[in-house]
Amino acid sequence: MSGRPAGPAAALRDAALSALVALGLFAGLIGLHLVPTDNGLRLVGRPWALAIVVLAVFVGRLLLLTWQRVRPSGAPATRRLAEAVTHAGRYVAPVFLLAAVALPLYGGRYMLDTGILVLTYVMLGWGLTIVVGLAGLLDLGYVAFYAVGAYSYALLATNFHLGFWTLLPVSGILAALWGVMLGFPVLRLRGDYLAIVTLAFGEIIRVVLINWTSLTGGSNGITDIPRPTLFGLKFNGSGDPDTFATFFHLPYSVTQRFVFLYYVILALALLTNWVSLRLRRLPLGRAWEALREDEVACRALGINVTITKLTAFGMGAMFGGFAGAFFATRQGFISPESFNFMESALVLSIVVLGGLGSQLGVALAAVVMIGGSELFRDFDEYRMLIFGLALVVMMVLRPRGLVAGRTPSIALGARREIAAELVAQGRG
Amino acid sequence: MAAPAPLLEVTHLLMRFGGLTAVSDLDFVARTGEITAVIGPNGAGKTTVFNCITGFYRPTSGALALMHADGHRYALERLPGHQIARRAKVARTFQNIRLFAGMTVLENLMVAQHNALMPSVVNGLLAVFGLGGHRAAERVALDKARGWLDTIGLLDRADDPAGALPYGAQRRLEIARAMCIDPVLLCLDEPAAGLNPRESEELSELLTRIRAGGCSILLIEHDMGVVMRISDHIVVLDHGKKISDGTPAEVRADPRVIAAYLGEGDEDEEPAPHDASAAA
Repeated sequence: MSGRPAGPAAALRDAALSALVALGLFAGLIGLHLVPTDNGLRLVGRPWALAIVVLAVFVGRLLLLTWQRVRPSGAPATRRLAEAVTHAGRYVAPVFLLAAVALPLYGGRYMLDTGILVLTYVMLGWGLTIVVGLAGLLDLGYVAFYAVGAYSYALLATNFHLGFWTLLPVSGILAALWGVMLGFPVLRLRGDYLAIVTLAFGEIIRVVLINWTSLTGGSNGITDIPRPTLFGLKFNGSGDPDTFATFFHLPYSVTQRFVFLYYVILALALLTNWVSLRLRRLPLGRAWEALREDEVACRALGINVTITKLTAFGMGAMFGGFAGAFFATRQGFISPESFNFMESALVLSIVVLGGLGSQLGVALAAVVMIGGSELFRDFDEYRMLIFGLALVVMMVLRPRGLVAGRTPSIALGARREIAAELVAQGRG
Repeated sequence: MAAPAPLLEVTHLLMRFGGLTAVSDLDFVARTGEITAVIGPNGAGKTTVFNCITGFYRPTSGALALMHADGHRYALERLPGHQIARRAKVARTFQNIRLFAGMTVLENLMVAQHNALMPSVVNGLLAVFGLGGHRAAERVALDKARGWLDTIGLLDRADDPAGALPYGAQRRLEIARAMCIDPVLLCLDEPAAGLNPRESEELSELLTRIRAGGCSILLIEHDMGVVMRISDHIVVLDHGKKISDGTPAEVRADPRVIAAYLGEGDEDEEPAPHDASAAA
C-alpha cells in the first residue's frame, strides 16, 4: 500500500483494484456455499453476500486512503499516542492485576480455565519478549523450549516420582541449557538466517519427540502426569487426610484445583514479568537493548556479543521451560502435537501485536488473541478470518504494536517515553 | 626533550581482501600522550587500518602491539574483537555515527561502562536479587557519565533519546561514550565530518582536553584545519602505503604528500598554504 497521500482519482482507482482483488479472493470463499442435503452436498451461490463483502472492501479502502490524506503529519501523533498509552498504562496495569487476582471470586469454572490458558500465553509472551523485544533476536522456534520444559517435567515426574515444585526449576534450567546449546552455533547468524534456524530447531524437537518412542511414547504422548500439590496437599476427592479438602474441612470440589492452578500460573507469569522488568534496568538488560540497537557499536565498547546473546536466549528459554512444566501438570497429558509451529507463531504474534518489549502490551495482546478466539468460538469457520482481519487492521493502525515506544531504564530527571520511530527493532 | 614512550606499534601491516590489497607493509608508531593523525586521499586505506587496530578486521599479516604504562603488552592482531576494548582499552568511534539511537543519552554512556558494571554473567544475574555490589558500581558509573555529559555540554539533554540529538551533539556523544571505557587509546574516524566551523573548533578543544587527561588519540580526518591545529604527529597514506610520516610542519612540506593530494584532484583535501596560515 502507498504511504504517500494520493488524489481522489488515484484513491478511487486504488479502491477499485482492492475490490477486484477481494472479488477474486472471496468468490470461492464466500460466494459459494456447500449445503448438506439428504443425498450429499449441494453447491449454492451467494451473490449478495459476495457483493456486500466486495463493497465493504471498496468503501473501507476508500475511507482508509482518505483518512491517510487528511490526517495530520504522522510522527508527532505517534509520539503523543505513545505518551498517552504509557500514562494510561500506569493505571491500567494495576486494575488489570487486581482483576486477575480477583478472578476466582467472580469467574466460574469456564472463566478460570480460560484465565489459565490466557496466563500461560502471557507468560510465554513475556518470556519471548526477552529474546525478541529486548535483544532483538527473531526466534521462530520458541515452542521448542516450551516442549523441553513440558517433557522434562513429565518424564522426570512419571519415572522418578519427583514433585512439581522440585521439578519446576529443573525444567526451567534444562530448557535454558537447550537454549544455550542451540545458541552457540546459531547466534553468529543474523536476521532472517537466525529466524530460519530457530524455526528448524523447533521442528527438530517436535520430530524427535514423535520418533523417540521408547522415551517419549511418540505420538501417543505421556499420560498420568502427576498434578501439583500445595505443600504436599493433593487436590482430589478421595477423602484421604492429605488432600486439600479434608485438611481444611471443606467439601471437595473440582474448582479448588482450578483456583490453585490459576494462582500458580499467575505467580509464574508475575515472576517472569518481575525478572524481565528488573533485568531491563540492570547492565545485562541494558546490554541486550544496546545489542538490538547496534551490535557493532556494542563490540567496539567491549561487550561480549556472543555471551550477551546467549544469556538472552537462555533466559527466554528458561521461562518457556517453566511454562512448559506448568502446561504438562495442568493437562496431565502431553503429546508432540501440542508443540507445533502454530504455537510459536501464536506467541510471536502476541509479542509483535503487544509491541516489542512492552510488558503491558504483551498481556493485552494475549488477552485479546487467546481470550478473543475463545469468544469467537461460535463463529467456528470464520474465527481464523476474524483473527487475520484483526491482525491486518492492527498493523495498519499501529504498526509498532499496541504499546509502542520505550521507557528509559535510567534517568537523571523524569523518565520520558521514547517514540517508537527511534527504537530499533533488531536485525538478529 | 626525549620522545614519549611508544603506545601503539604497527609493523609490516598487510591487509588483503581477495585480490585487493587495501594496506601493504605499513609501519608507524603512535606515542603516549600524543594526537596522531592518519590522513590520505579517499580510498587510501585509513579506515582499514582502523578496523585492524580495533579488531573489526583480522590483518592478513603484520603486528599491532599496544604497550600499557604498566608494561603490559597486547598483540591486538590476536585478541578477539571485544577484548580489544575491554582489556587493551582501545576505544573507537565510527565514520557514520553509531549511537544507540533509541536509548537515552545517559543510557548510551551507561552501556559503555558495561564491563565495569558487570564483570561476569554471574554478577549480572546476581544483581537481579540485589546482590553482587551492583548498586555501588552503578552509582560510580552514573557519576562518571554525568561528568562526561558536563564536559560535552549535554547534561540538560541526558534523558533525551540519542537519535533525537542534532548531528554535532551526536558526534560529541559518541566520543564521550568511547571515553567511558577508560581507554588508553581513542581512535576517531573522521570526527569533524559534517561539522560547521564552530563545532570543529569545539571538537578540537574537546580532543585537546582528552589528550591532557592522559588518553592518546589516533585520528582519521579530512578537515586539514583540525588536523594541523591539534596533531602532534601525522602519518600520510596513499593507495595503502605510507608516503610520509612526521610533524605537521614536515608533512606539509613533503613534496610526495602534495603530489598525492593534487594528483587526486580534490581541492578540499589539499593541504594548501592557506591551511598553514590558519594553523599559525
